[in-house]
Amino acid sequence: MSRIKSIEELEKLRETIIEKQKARKLSIAICNGPGCLPLGSRKITQAFIDEVKKQKLTDKGVEVRATGCHGFCAQGPLVVIEPQGLFYQGIKVEDAPEIISETIVNGNIIDRLLYTDPDSGEKIPLEKDIPFYKSQQRLISGNNRLIDPNSIEDYIAIGGYKAVSKVLSEITTEQVIEEVKLSGLRGRGGAGFPTGLKWKLCHDNPGDTKYIICNADEGDPGAFMDRATLEGNPHIVIEGMIIGAYAIGAHEGYIYVRNEYPIALKRAIRAIEQAEKYGLLGEDILNSGFNLSLHIVRGAGAFVCGEESALMSSIEGKVGEPSQRPPFPVQKGLWRKPTVINNVETWANIPHIINRGGKWFASMGTEKSKGTKIFSLVGKVNNTGLVEVPMGITLRSIVFDIGGGIPKGKKFKGVQIGGPSGGCIPEKLVDLPVDYESLTSAGAIMGSGGLIVMDENTCMVDIAKYFTNFLSEESCGKCYTCRKGLQRMHEILTDITEGNGKEGNVELLEELANVVKDTTLCGLGQTSPNPVLTTLRYFKNEYESHIKEKKCPAGVCKELITYSVDPEKCTGCMVCLRNCPADAVTGAKKQIHHIDPEKCIKCGSCYELCKFDAIKIE
Amino acid sequence: MVKLIINGMEVQAEEGWTLLEAIRWVGFDVPTLCYHEGLTPYGACRLCVVEIGKEPRSKLVSSCTYPVEEGLIVRTHSKRVVNARKMIVELMLASSPQSKTVQDLASQLGVQQIRFKVEHEDCLLCGLCVRMCAEQMMAKAIDFAFRGGDRKITTPFDMKSEECRRCGACMYICPACQLRCDGPQAEQDICNACLQITPECLKTYDDVMCYLTTCGACLKQPETKQKETKNNKS
Repeated sequence: MSRIKSIEELEKLRETIIEKQKARKLSIAICNGPGCLPLGSRKITQAFIDEVKKQKLTDKGVEVRATGCHGFCAQGPLVVIEPQGLFYQGIKVEDAPEIISETIVNGNIIDRLLYTDPDSGEKIPLEKDIPFYKSQQRLISGNNRLIDPNSIEDYIAIGGYKAVSKVLSEITTEQVIEEVKLSGLRGRGGAGFPTGLKWKLCHDNPGDTKYIICNADEGDPGAFMDRATLEGNPHIVIEGMIIGAYAIGAHEGYIYVRNEYPIALKRAIRAIEQAEKYGLLGEDILNSGFNLSLHIVRGAGAFVCGEESALMSSIEGKVGEPSQRPPFPVQKGLWRKPTVINNVETWANIPHIINRGGKWFASMGTEKSKGTKIFSLVGKVNNTGLVEVPMGITLRSIVFDIGGGIPKGKKFKGVQIGGPSGGCIPEKLVDLPVDYESLTSAGAIMGSGGLIVMDENTCMVDIAKYFTNFLSEESCGKCYTCRKGLQRMHEILTDITEGNGKEGNVELLEELANVVKDTTLCGLGQTSPNPVLTTLRYFKNEYESHIKEKKCPAGVCKELITYSVDPEKCTGCMVCLRNCPADAVTGAKKQIHHIDPEKCIKCGSCYELCKFDAIKIE
Repeated sequence: MVKLIINGMEVQAEEGWTLLEAIRWVGFDVPTLCYHEGLTPYGACRLCVVEIGKEPRSKLVSSCTYPVEEGLIVRTHSKRVVNARKMIVELMLASSPQSKTVQDLASQLGVQQIRFKVEHEDCLLCGLCVRMCAEQMMAKAIDFAFRGGDRKITTPFDMKSEECRRCGACMYICPACQLRCDGPQAEQDICNACLQITPECLKTYDDVMCYLTTCGACLKQPETKQKETKNNKS
C-alpha cells in the first residue's frame, strides 16, 4: 500500500475496500475484549479459523473476525454472526464446528447458545433485541464488532477518516472548534470541561509549538471503557486526535497508555504505524500541507498519572506529580507549550461530531450534558459489561433495564459511580438522571465511568475503607493533606470496622474529609474524600451501628459478626464441617452442627456452601 | 502591575508574583512550613492556603504557588481557611510531635487537641531539604522516592551518594530535625507552653515585642521559668 496523497485517493480506496468486502457473505465476529479474552476467546477464534479452513468456506465468503469488546461481558465469550446480527453466548472451543456446520452452512439457529430472557424465558436470537442492548445507544462502542481492530481497511470501510478529509479540505480551524462547541461535548475523563472551549483557549494561545495528548491512563478499579475503545477501535481515537491537532495547530501528539494494557498498547502502536503508512499521519496529510506525528508513551503504573499535569510531567520524564494550575495546560502544558489533553472517549466522539454535525450530537442527552457515555457496569448486577447510554438516562434504567437487576433477588442498595474518588449513591436516588450536574449535586462525580452496583450485603463503611485505602496508596504524597489525611481517614475507618470506633469518629471523619477536599492541589486529592463524604451523607446509620452497637448491618466486617447455625434449618449434611478451614464446625451426620466462635476465622465459606441457608450471620 | 483584593484591600502586585508574596508584601501573614524565600515554592504543606473567589464558588489554593491574577479576591483568614489550617497542624502534630516548628505553629494557631493516634514519624516530607540541596547547594544528592504512604526522601537507590558533600544544609533547613524545646510540657504531645508564659518583653516594654523576632521566653530552663511564673503571679 502506497501513501494516500489526496482526498480523492482516499475515497477511491474506500470504494475498493467496500467492493472487496462485498465478497464477504457471512462474518463471524468473535469478541476478544477484556472480558472475553480471559475466558479463552483467542482459542475460540483459532478454532473458528481452523474449522472454516477445514470446511473450505473461505472462498465462499465466510470471514472470521477477532474484534474488540461487544459489551455484554456477563455472557461471554460472545460470537455475533453478521449480517443478521445473530447472537451466540457462552461459546466454548467445542462449539465452533457445530456453529460452522449448522448455522453457517445450513442456516439453522442453535437454540442452546442463544440468550434467554430471564423474565419471559424466551430465547432471543438477534443481538439488537436483547434487553441489555435495547436501551443502549452505542455510538462509539457499537462499531467494535464491525471491524478488526488491527485493520485500518476495516475502519476505512465503515467510513473511517472521512471526518479528517472533511476537516482538511473544507473547514477552517475556527469552524472545527465552533462545531465541537456546538455539540456541547464535555470531557469524558471526569471533570467534564467543555471540549470546544478547551480547544478554543489553546487555539487562541500564541505559539508555533503546541501539543495534543490522549489520556489513556485509565486506572479506576473495575473500569475498562477506555481500554475497550482503544483495543476495539484505535483508529477512531487517532482520527479524533488528527482533527483536534488541526483545530489547535499542533503538529505533535502523544497517546499516554498505561503499561498494564498491553493489548491496547499494541493496537495503538499498530494503528499509528498503519495510519502513517497510509499517509493519514505524518507529513502533508492528504495533500493538505498539515503535518502531525503521534507518539506512544507508556505509563509506569501510577494512578495519579491520569491527572493531566502529572501525566505531562511523566511524559517529560519527571516524577508523575501534579503541579499548580494556573497556568493551565492550554496555556503552558507539555514542555511549557500550549497543550490540549483529552481522554480516549472524548477523542472517539470527535469524528462522529464532524461527520454528523454538532447539532446532531447536541440532540442527545440533557441540557448541559450531551451525547452518550460509556460505563463499565460491574458489581452485584446480573448483566455486567460495558454499556453506552445517552446522557440523562436514570440510574434505574442502567441498573435494572440494561443491567437486569440484582442477582439472587437481593435488595439493591446503591451504586458507586465515578471511580475510586466517586461517590456512593443510595437506592432512594435511583431515579437520578446520569449527567455531570446531577451526579455532582449528589456528591459523586461522572469520573471516567466506573459504575459499581451494590446489594444489601455490601457494608458501606467497608466500601469507604476500601476506596480510601486505594487512594491513600495511589496518592502521589506531595500534599500533606492528601497523603496524611487519607492515611488518617483509613485509620479511623479501620478502627470503626474492627469495632474500635469511638464517639466523635464520624464528626472527625467529616471534618477531616472536608479539609482534604478543600486544601489539596489536584483532582485526585480534591475528590478523594468523596467515598467517605457520600457514605456519611447517605448511610450515616451504618457508621453509627458500627460505632455504638458494634454491629455490621450488612454482615461484612469480620470483627463485628459471628457465624452460627440455625438449628431449624440445619440438616446435618456435613458440608460446612468438611469445608471449614479452621475446623470450627462440630457435629455428626444428620445432627445439628455447631460453630465454635473461638475457632471461627469468619472466612464465610460455610455461609457460601450451605444449601439450606442454615448459617446465620449476626 | 496586577490589581487584586486581599482581605478587602486593593493591592497592586508585580506580574509573576505569587499570592503569598503579595500577601506578605502588604503586611498580612499566613503561616507556612514548606516555604522558604530562597527556594522554589513547592506547595506541599498546604498551610499557606487562602480562599480565593466569591462564595459559593470560592476555593482554597496554596498561596505560595498560586500566581497573582487581575481582580482576584483573596481572603487570608476566612473561617474555612483558619479551620483548614488548624486541621493540617493537628495532622502534623499527631505525626511529628517532636518538631519545634510544628509545636510553634500549634501554639500560634491555637491547636490544643490531637484527635488522631500519635506516631513519631518525624519527616513531614515538606521537601525543603530536597530543594535546598538542589537549588542552593547545587548537589541534587537527595530526592523523593515512592508514593503515597511509602514516600520518603533518600539518595538514588538508597545508596551512599557521590554528590553529597556532607554540607549539612538539609539538616539546617529541616523543620523536623529542629527538636522542640524542652519546656514544661515536654512529656506531652502538645506543648502549647508558649501560650502560658508571660512574654519577657512585657517587663520592659508596654507592648509585646515578639512580632519583631522570637521572644526567647520558651528557651529558658524549665525550673527558672516555673519560678518566674510563680514570682509573676505573686
